Amino acid sequence: MLLQEVAAAGAHPLSGTVATWMWLLPLLPLAGFVLNGALALAATYRRGPSDPTVHADHTHGAGHDTGHAGTAHPDHDTAHHAPTRHRYAGLVSIIGPAVLFAAFGLALSIFGAMTRVDHLEQPFVQRYFTWMATGDLRIDAAFQLDQLSMIMVLVITGVGALIHLFSIGYMRDDPGYPRFFAYLNLFVFFMLVLVLGASYPVMFIGWEGVGLCSYLLIGFWFSDTANADAGKKAFIVNRIGDFGFLIAMFLLYAHIASLDFVGISQRAADLAPGIVTAICLFLFLGCAGKSAQIPLYVWLPDAMAGPTPVSALIHAATMVTAGVYLVARSAVLFALSPVASLTVAVVGALTALLAATIGLKQWDIKRVLAYSTVSQLGYMFVGVGVGAYTAGIFHLVTHAFFKALLFLGSGSVIFAMHRAYHATHSHADAQDMRNMGGLRRYLPWTFALMWIATLAIAGIPLFSGFFSKDEILAGVFARAGHSTLADVSWFGIPGNVLLYAIYGIGLFTALLTAIYMTRMMLYTFHGPNRTGETERSHLAEAPWVMTLPLVVLGVLSAIGGWLNIPELMRFLGPPQWLHHWLDPVVGAPALAVTGGAPVHLTHQTEYMLIGAAVVIAVAGILFAVARLKPARLVPKAQAVPERGFARVLANKWYVDELYDRSVVRPLVGGSRRLLWTVTDKWLIDGLLVNGSARLTGFFGRIGSYWQTGNVSTYAWAIVIGVLVVLGAFTLR
Amino acid sequence: MGLFYTFNFYLFGVLAIISAVTFVTRRSPVAAALWLVNTMFCLAALYVMMDAQFIGAIQVLVYAGAIMVVFLFVVMLLNLGHASDVTDVMSGKTRLAAAIAGLLFLAELFVLWKDDAPVPIAPPVEPAESGVIAQVAAPLFRDYLLAFEITSVLLLAAIVGAVVLAKRKTT
Amino acid sequence: MIQEALFFSAVLFIIGVVGVLTRRNAIIIFMCVELMLNAVNLSFVALSRLYGIAGQVFVIFVMTVAAAEAAVGLAIIISIFRHHENVDLRNINLLRG
Repeated sequence: MLLQEVAAAGAHPLSGTVATWMWLLPLLPLAGFVLNGALALAATYRRGPSDPTVHADHTHGAGHDTGHAGTAHPDHDTAHHAPTRHRYAGLVSIIGPAVLFAAFGLALSIFGAMTRVDHLEQPFVQRYFTWMATGDLRIDAAFQLDQLSMIMVLVITGVGALIHLFSIGYMRDDPGYPRFFAYLNLFVFFMLVLVLGASYPVMFIGWEGVGLCSYLLIGFWFSDTANADAGKKAFIVNRIGDFGFLIAMFLLYAHIASLDFVGISQRAADLAPGIVTAICLFLFLGCAGKSAQIPLYVWLPDAMAGPTPVSALIHAATMVTAGVYLVARSAVLFALSPVASLTVAVVGALTALLAATIGLKQWDIKRVLAYSTVSQLGYMFVGVGVGAYTAGIFHLVTHAFFKALLFLGSGSVIFAMHRAYHATHSHADAQDMRNMGGLRRYLPWTFALMWIATLAIAGIPLFSGFFSKDEILAGVFARAGHSTLADVSWFGIPGNVLLYAIYGIGLFTALLTAIYMTRMMLYTFHGPNRTGETERSHLAEAPWVMTLPLVVLGVLSAIGGWLNIPELMRFLGPPQWLHHWLDPVVGAPALAVTGGAPVHLTHQTEYMLIGAAVVIAVAGILFAVARLKPARLVPKAQAVPERGFARVLANKWYVDELYDRSVVRPLVGGSRRLLWTVTDKWLIDGLLVNGSARLTGFFGRIGSYWQTGNVSTYAWAIVIGVLVVLGAFTLR
Repeated sequence: MGLFYTFNFYLFGVLAIISAVTFVTRRSPVAAALWLVNTMFCLAALYVMMDAQFIGAIQVLVYAGAIMVVFLFVVMLLNLGHASDVTDVMSGKTRLAAAIAGLLFLAELFVLWKDDAPVPIAPPVEPAESGVIAQVAAPLFRDYLLAFEITSVLLLAAIVGAVVLAKRKTT
Repeated sequence: MIQEALFFSAVLFIIGVVGVLTRRNAIIIFMCVELMLNAVNLSFVALSRLYGIAGQVFVIFVMTVAAAEAAVGLAIIISIFRHHENVDLRNINLLRG
C-alpha cells in the first residue's frame, strides 16, 4: 500500500518536526466542541428545557420580522435592558476561541517547519488506524499535510479564530451561546478533517460534517420556520452534490482501486479518458453543491438565515470554498480531462455572471454579500477550471479575507441596527439597506474597513482582490491562446472561443461586482440616515471584541495580494510566492494543461490585461457613484416594488420559482398522489397492513370458533387429523 | 412354538381385547378401572410370552399395581365410585361417529400394514436372553443415560406439580 | 407372533380412542389414554424382537411418563372436582377462544 510506504519511509523531511503533531489541529476544535456542548447540555439540564427565561428569549427572537441579529431580548417589561447572558457564557467565551487560537498557533509553527524544509516534494502522510478493510479496499484514517492543505489550514484556523472572537460580541446575549460555539468548533473540526484527509473517504467525512454543521448553524434560531427551512434547503441541495462525490469515489475505486491521493496521483494515467471525464464531472457535481454553483447555488443565499458569523465563516470564507479545494486537490484528474475542466470553467463563469446580476438588485445587506460570494466562487472555479490552480487557491485565500471582513462588517452593522431598533421596540428590518444609510457617522471603523474590503473585491490595484482576480483572468486569457483546453471542443464550441468568452464574462462580472459592492456601500454608509429619528441616537460602534477582528481582516484584505505578486510587479516584493509554494502539489497538473510549458504572456499583453481590469473596476465604482442616489432612497416600509428587468433581478431571475415549478412541486405532487395516496395509504396501509390484519382476523375468528375449550373437540380434531394423514398414506 | 404357546398367546390377546371393550363400556369408574387392570395383566402375560420378562414384571408392578391404584384411590377419594346420575356417555350420534372413526382407523392401519410389513433391520435378539434385566439395563444406562437422568427430573417435576395442584387452597 | 401382537395392539389402541371420544367422565378418559399407551407399549415390545432391545428401553420411558402424567393429571382432576363438584368434561372449557 502506497500510504504505508510513504509513512514507513520515515525519511520524510517533516517527520520529527512539529508537523507530527498535525493530528492535534482538528482535535483542538473537537475538544472545544465537546466542552462547549457539555456546557450547553449542562445548562439545559440545570435550567430545564422549558425554563421560562430561555423560552421568553426564544419566542421573542422569532417574533422579530427578521430574527437574524443575534442579540437576545430581555423581557420588555423590565424598565432597563439588562442583558441576560448565558450561565456559562464566560467559560464558553474562553474555550471557544481559545481552541481556535491554539490551533492557529500550531498551524503557524507547522507552517514554519515546512518553510524550513528545502525540497518538500512528497506530502507528509500520517496513518492513525485502519478505518475500513474489505477485500482489496483498505482505507486508513490518515491525514496528509502538503502545501495545499497547509494554506487551507492556515486560512481556516486564522480566519476562524477571528470570527470566533467576533462571535463573542455578536452572540453575547443569545440564550444558545454555548450551543453556538459548540457547533462552530465542530465545524472547524470537520473542515480541518476535510482539508487534511489523505484520501477521498476521509475527506468525505469532513465534507459531510461541515454540511451537517452548516445545517445546524443555518437553522440555529430554529424556532423561526424560515430559518429551519433554509437549513433544510441547504442540506437537501447538498445531498445532490454529495451523490456526485460518492459516484466519483465509486468510479475511482472501480477503475484504479485506490482512493488515497498519493495512490491516485500515481495511477491516474491508467484511467481511460472517458472515465476520467465522468469522475471529474461527478466530483464537480459535489463541488457545485458544496460551493454553490449553477445549478445548485440556490441554498447559499437562503443560508444567510444563520447568525452572521456563521455566514462569514462557513458560507463565505471556508466551507463553500471546499469545492475549489476539491478541484485543486483532484488537479491530477482534472488535468487529464480538458472537457471536464472546461465544464468547470464554463459553469463557474456563468455562476459568477448570474449571481452578480442578482446582487445588483438585492436590498438585504447579507443577501448582496451572499450573491457576491456565489459570484466570487464562480471566479475561483474559472481559475481551477482552466488549470490555473494556484490562481484559484489564491483567490480563495484573498476572498476568505475580504469576504469574511465584509460579512463581519455587515454583522457589525446589523448588530448596531438591531440594537437601535431593539432600544426603541421597533420591528423594522435591521438588515435592509433601505433602513440604513449614512452609517459612516455612527460606525466609522466598520465603514473604513468595509471600504477596504469593497475595494479589494472590486479589484482596485494593490488590494488583495486585484492580484487574485487579475491572475485568474490572465490565466484564462493565456490558456485561450495555448493549452489542451483550447484544442478540444466543448459541445461543438471550440475551446479557445469558449475561453475567450469566459474571459469576457469574467471582465463583465468584474464590472458588475464593482457596481453592486459600491451600491451596497453607498446605501449603507453614505447619504442621509433612514433608520428613524429616535433610533438614530442608539446607533454606535460595536465593542472592541468585534472591531478587532475587523481590523485584522482589513489589514489582510489590503496586503493579502502580496502572497502572489505577478512577475510583472516584482518591484513590489518577491514574486509568485504562492505559485512556488503550491508547485509540488498542482505544478505538474497545471503544466499538463498548458501542454508542458508554463504559460507565457508578453509583458505588453499582461499590461493590457491589467489595464483592462483596472479600468473596468474603476468604471464600475464610478458608474455606481454617479448613477445611484442614496438620498432618494426611502425606508423599506415606504418602498415601491421594482418594475421591468429590475424586478426580474430582484426576484433572482425567478430561479427559485423555476425550481419550485419544475422540481419541487412535481416531486411533492407526485409523492402526495402516487407515493402517499396510492402506494402508502391505499396499497401499504390499506391492502397490506389493514388487509393482512383483516385476513388474520378472519382466520382468527374461524380458529376461535373451533377453540371451544372442550377436550372432546380437540380429541376429535386429533383423530380426524390422524385419519386424514393415514388415509393419505394409504392412497399413496 | 408349541401349540400350547400359541393357544395361550391368542387367549391372552383376546382376553385383553374383551377386557378393554368391557372397560370402555362400564358406567361405574371403579368397575372400569378394574377391567383395565385386567387388560394390563393380560398384556403383562403377552410381554412375558414375547421374552420381555422384565417389562412384564414392571407392567404388573408399576401399571397395574401403582398407577391403577392411584386411579382407584382418586375415584374413591372423590366419591365417584357409583354410576353418575346423568349419563357420562356422549349422544348416540357421537357414538356412531366414533365407531365409524375407529373402524376407519383400523381399516387404514390394515391397509398400511399390508403394504409395509415389518422387516427386521437388526439380527433378532437371542430369545432366551432378550428380556432379562441385564439386557435391558445395559442400553438404558449406557446409550440412554441422559434420557434416563432427565426422566428423574420429569418425575420430580411431576411430584411437585401434583402437590401444588392438589393442595387445598387455605385462603 | 409379532403380527398378532401388532394386531392386538392396534385394536386396543382404537378401543382407547373410541373411549376418549365417547365418554365424558374425565377419569374414564384418562384411563382410556392409559389404555392407548399400553397398546403402544405392546407394539414396542413386539417390534423389539425384530429391531433390538431399544424397544423395551423405550417402554420403560413410556411407563415413567405415564406415571408422571397420572400424578399431574389426577391432581388436576382433584382441583377441578373441588371447583365443579364433578368431573364432567362439558363443564371444563376455560380455554374457549
